[in-house]
Formats: sequence, structure tokens, C-alpha cells
Amino acid sequence: MDAKELIARRVAREIRPGSLVNLGIGLPSMVANFVSSDFGVYFQAENGVIGLGARPPEGMEERHLTDAGGGFVSAVPGAASIDSAMSFGLIRGGHLDMTVLGGLQVDESGHLANWKVPGRMVPGMGGAMDLVCGAARVVVAMQHSAKGQSKIVPRCTLPLTALRRVDLIVTDLAVIEPTGMGLILRERAPGVSVGDIRAATEAALIVPDDVPEMILA
Amino acid sequence: MKGALSPEAAAGMIPEGARLMIGGFMAVGTPERMIDAIVARGVGGLTVIANDTAMPGKGIGKLISAGLVSHVIASHIGLNPETQAKMISGEITCELVPQGTLIERIRAGGMGLGGVLTATGLGTEVEEGKQIVMVEGNRYLVETPLKADFALIGAWQADYVGNLSYMLTAHNFNPIIALAGRTVIAEADSIVPVGVIPPDAVKTPGVLVDHLLIRAA
Repeated sequence: MDAKELIARRVAREIRPGSLVNLGIGLPSMVANFVSSDFGVYFQAENGVIGLGARPPEGMEERHLTDAGGGFVSAVPGAASIDSAMSFGLIRGGHLDMTVLGGLQVDESGHLANWKVPGRMVPGMGGAMDLVCGAARVVVAMQHSAKGQSKIVPRCTLPLTALRRVDLIVTDLAVIEPTGMGLILRERAPGVSVGDIRAATEAALIVPDDVPEMILA
Repeated sequence: MKGALSPEAAAGMIPEGARLMIGGFMAVGTPERMIDAIVARGVGGLTVIANDTAMPGKGIGKLISAGLVSHVIASHIGLNPETQAKMISGEITCELVPQGTLIERIRAGGMGLGGVLTATGLGTEVEEGKQIVMVEGNRYLVETPLKADFALIGAWQADYVGNLSYMLTAHNFNPIIALAGRTVIAEADSIVPVGVIPPDAVKTPGVLVDHLLIRAA
């Protein structure tokens, strides 16, 4: 199993039946593949659909039905199409149960940076700032390191997405919970030791006596 | 509704340096024939207010490629490398706005409100230079309303009096910008007799629409 699939399978276990969930583009969108359809989960895409479904069969795509990355999708029974004001009303107004976002950095305060690398990559924040401010639960799904550099750092050096502390970080090595006391190591990826995680993490980790192995969906 | 115009005639109304709101999300719901006519007319110095700048060759991306845009107010330009390159070279100035804030600023502009109070952007670069107010113990950024000279709308169906309906994820910014443009031009996939769009399905009342584009050949 590759790193991204492992992360997606672990994040999928965070999703509660009957909830409204927004998945970011890229890795987070893979999470939907591992959530059972009988869970009654509605996925929102912020471009304007509640009840996002899988990509339709080849040749049956509808050009007016896409996800936030512009890719073709379908819709599940009970779906609704909405405009952008309603879409962000859901997000900011506390109606969204959970969002899963990618990250560039998360720090010991649980702050997320995921929208800009000054001078190098300025794609814009899109909906990320609203999602982190407004969602009931914020889960960051990302690789633990990029180019050998830990993405879990003492203090974000990249521009922040919001001041809100994210609720959970899921990487290819670990599950980490940001708290008022700091980052608590909650789970290890299969075959990964606490020592491996410490060595790969620039930020300080609080390590409980028992750090169980991840259970994957 | 003042009548139906050819795309050329509609583009002819747009002067150098005009401020345009354009519907669409990654070109889904963008009035493509209208864009093509503006490119053909070649008026430059345009300000574009939209969710994103799509990608080269599609929607707003065509205006960017043609070098007609000097200022962009958008939430995301990451999928259009030309916009990013022109921003870095200084050919285009770019104001990046959180998506939920952008749509509410447009809504405020169109609905006669003096601005928006939102927590989105607090503690980030978005906060810089903005007023912060306390309401009921919570801090908010004051975000100013946005208006435009023209709102260019992509609709699914229009009827003879300009009532509009939208399909699936092609709603996005369209119903909101319809209130915020001094002149509103709508391009529909089809134009149908009055009554075909049931009153309850009208998302943009025809009284807001100044011109329809004539049907596609």
C-alpha cells in the first residue's frame, strides 16, 4: 500500500455515519473511496454540491457536474446543488461536521499552513481558510515529510491558514492530536516505531505509554 | 430585460479597463461565447472578479492568455500557471481573497450592505490593513463590498424575459454576481418560452438581467 492510500484509509475511520464532510482536492479526496456507502455520509464539494458521488462511467460525464478541482463526478441519491453563498454558509455557519485538508506544515500549536510558499507557489487559499475556521472538526491529511524535511514543525514558517487549532493530523507515519498541551502521538503506522516517528518529526511530541498501531478502513 | 445581443455586440459594450464579474468555477458555469467575443474584441486593462482564472484555453484563462487582464480578484489561481507567471512578472496584480469571503463581499455589494464581518482570515495575511471589530465577544474582520461594471453570467436555461436557471455545480458565483454588476449579461445553454422555467425554479429573476446573448449557432 502506498503512503497516500494508507493515509486515506486511516482518515476514513474518522468519518461518522450521517455526517456532512468536505474533502480537499488531491490526497484528501481519496478518503471517499474507503467510506462505505451505507454510512449515509454526504460529501460536500465547495463549488456547489452536497452528495458528491464517484466519477461516472467513461462517456457519461456531465460538464456541469464537477468537484472543486474541476474533475467530473456524479451525485448520490439525496444530493443537492447549491450556489457559492450557500456552500460557504454551510462551511462558515457551523453546519459542516468535518473537513479533510492537505497541509504544508502543522506546528506545535496545531496551526496549519497550506496555501502559500512565498516567492515560489502562490496558488491562493481557495476555500481553505473558511474551512479551517468553520468546520466542526478539521483533519489534516499529509505526508509526514517532504524532500526529507519534517512537515510537523515547532512553529510554522509558512503563512498560516487560520488561528484555529486543527483537531487531528494523519500522516504516513503517525496519527497526532494537537492539544492545548502540545502534539500528542496517538498512533503509529504499521511497522513504524515511536523512535522512527520521533526521528522524522521536528516538533516536540508528547508520547503516551501506549501508542497503538493504526487500524485502517 | 432589454433584448438579445450577439456576443460581438455584447462585447462591444465593454470598454477598456472595465471591471468584470464573471461566473464559473474552473470554467464550469462560465459564459464561454462571451469570453471568446471579448478576446476577439481585444479590450485590455480589465479587472476580473471571479472565483478563479480557470486554466489556459478555458473560460477566464482565455482572457489571461490574451493579455487583456491587468487585475484579478479571486480565491484561487493555482490551476492556471499563466496567471501565476504574469503575477510574478508584474503584468497582472492579484488580490487573493478567501472563497467564502469573496462570495459574501460580492453578495454585500449586490444586496446593498456596507460589508461583511467574518472570522475567516483572522491572524493570517488576509487580516493585514483591515479593521477588526468585536461583536458579542467575538472578533471579526471587516471586509468591504464588491461591485462591477458588468456581470457576465453562464446559465443553463433562460426564458424570453431573462429569468435564469442553473444546472448542478454550474450555479457557483452566477446567481450572486447577477446583483452586483451594473450591467448584467447572461449567456444560456438554451433559451426557452416563458413558463418553461417554473417560477420556483428561477434562481435569477429576469428583472436583474439586462441582456441575453442570442442562442449559439
